[in-house]
Amino acid sequence: MTAVTPRGAKPQKALSPRNIMLYGALVIFSLYYLLPLYVMIVTSLKDMAEIRVGNIFSAPVEITFQPWVKAWSEACTGINCDGLSRGFWNSVRILIPSLIISVSVAALTGYVLACWRFKGSEVFFGILLLGAFIPYQVLLYPLVIILRELGLFGSLWGLVLVHTVFAMPINVLLFRNYFVALPEELFKAARVDGAGFWGIFFRIVIPMSLPIFVVSGIIQVTGIWNDFLFGVVYTRPENYPMTVQLNNIVNSVQGVKEYNVNMAATLLTGLVPLVVYFFSGKLFIRGIAAGAVKG
Amino acid sequence: MSSARRARDGARPPIRLLRNLSSKLAAIPMVLVGLGVFVGGTIWTIVHSFTDSRLLPRLNWVGFDQYERLWSTRRWLVSIENLAVYGIVSLVLTMCLGFFLAALLDRKIRFEDTFRTIFLYPFALSFIVTGLVWQWILNPDFGIQSVIRGLGFSGFNFDPLYNPDLVIIGLLIAGLWQGTGLIMVIMLAGLRGIDEDIWKATRVDGIPIWKTYIVVIIPMMKPVFVTALVLVTSGIVKLYDLVVAMTSGGPGISSEVPAKFVYDTLFTRQNLGQGFAASTMMLVTVAIILIPWAYMQYREKRQ
Repeated sequence: MTAVTPRGAKPQKALSPRNIMLYGALVIFSLYYLLPLYVMIVTSLKDMAEIRVGNIFSAPVEITFQPWVKAWSEACTGINCDGLSRGFWNSVRILIPSLIISVSVAALTGYVLACWRFKGSEVFFGILLLGAFIPYQVLLYPLVIILRELGLFGSLWGLVLVHTVFAMPINVLLFRNYFVALPEELFKAARVDGAGFWGIFFRIVIPMSLPIFVVSGIIQVTGIWNDFLFGVVYTRPENYPMTVQLNNIVNSVQGVKEYNVNMAATLLTGLVPLVVYFFSGKLFIRGIAAGAVKG
Repeated sequence: MSSARRARDGARPPIRLLRNLSSKLAAIPMVLVGLGVFVGGTIWTIVHSFTDSRLLPRLNWVGFDQYERLWSTRRWLVSIENLAVYGIVSLVLTMCLGFFLAALLDRKIRFEDTFRTIFLYPFALSFIVTGLVWQWILNPDFGIQSVIRGLGFSGFNFDPLYNPDLVIIGLLIAGLWQGTGLIMVIMLAGLRGIDEDIWKATRVDGIPIWKTYIVVIIPMMKPVFVTALVLVTSGIVKLYDLVVAMTSGGPGISSEVPAKFVYDTLFTRQNLGQGFAASTMMLVTVAIILIPWAYMQYREKRQ
């Protein structure tokens, strides 16, 4: 094989018709995806007088942060008038225990399925995976009964339990697949050194699996934060998460509609998952791809 | 693999139940959730859909009465019809748009990361946020309609959220905005898995790019398409928050969907039997879609 072949990519003109079409299409689609974000931002920075005379795409003439202040601390939901801040703190109080418990339970279960199989463990895993496809509506009422029996109905802990239950299928799958791929020798060596079930889990498996914990964490943070259905069903109004409060503020029938406050409130609610998304970048994509391709 | 696994079992306690005890204890949550919630809850709901439960669940058998009543309820029929229309259109468009965007990003372009970030960020948002933003953009007095009228087209009409015939289009615009990014990422992963040599071979044969996609690439990506199909479908069945945020089921009942019908029937209209019957119908729908897919997966594994 001495034939000389040209190497590398064929040089391309930057402004070929093909490129113009390609980038043109990409830019046009980008506009569709960016438009709502832009509209949210500009609307939330105008005062109502300007909204009434202008159009939704125009940049604010005078930037005002009043709508943001009002959305955060004064907007009314029909029950109370302390804005979204209450919902935000409720969501935080729901998120933290739900995140810790759901990820821990899923990781431990995945570890059992990957490294310590017992007779029947695969069957239970199969049942768990089937559970991922059951429409939530089928299980809403049974869970009401379960929570009532446990004395957790309407409390934050009830909702934490619900999030943990519905997080199991996808996250267990994620952890199990990751743990199965860990090198077998490590495991054997640890056994020889006398490490048991828990020793191996805490000293070998967890330190080696930080990426998958992050991926699972991202799935859970966005999922729990964005949840609306479980928040409505399993909590009382004083514990409503941010999404439920937001919907109550914006779609409340009383009073004058303040579109700028509504958009500020909407942006505020979207900020947490957006921040997670922008900071996690590739891991976020890996998380959904892992969840999707194997799910 | 399995022989290595067996080696892991190491020392075996004499009593079978006590073997691997820590592992069995650690598996308790999985067993409770799998059997107690998923299997138990599903059976409980199906059983109670054959009773006359109203305010409280009770086991008073009425056979298929609840189902007969359900299928003669206009609100339910509208829900089913809406879901079918929304489902089919959203399925086709999500798949096409997702694949199209993935193919564009796969052409070795610059700023790929930027474009991917733009297409995917809506997926990170809550459906409530998505619904409220689009409700505002589609607002007839301030949104797109008024902007275009302001440009001099005074006869321009576009207010899908206030028009029973068009309300599904409004939902679709928002649903697609949020959902296509995910499918794009999956399709992109599939495209990246295709060997460079295949592209080279088709280039040598002088086959045009669009034809290569249709004749060669898409058939090769069948498993990816099936996965995407299952994902989109299970997302469609769950359609609930978007409707609540955007239209609350209105105008009238023209944008009702099954998930919302179940919630309202169970928790606001307190007609439990009807709610259980409706959610059982949702389960049946999912099963009809899922069983062929599971069978296909199973057959591929066997081969």
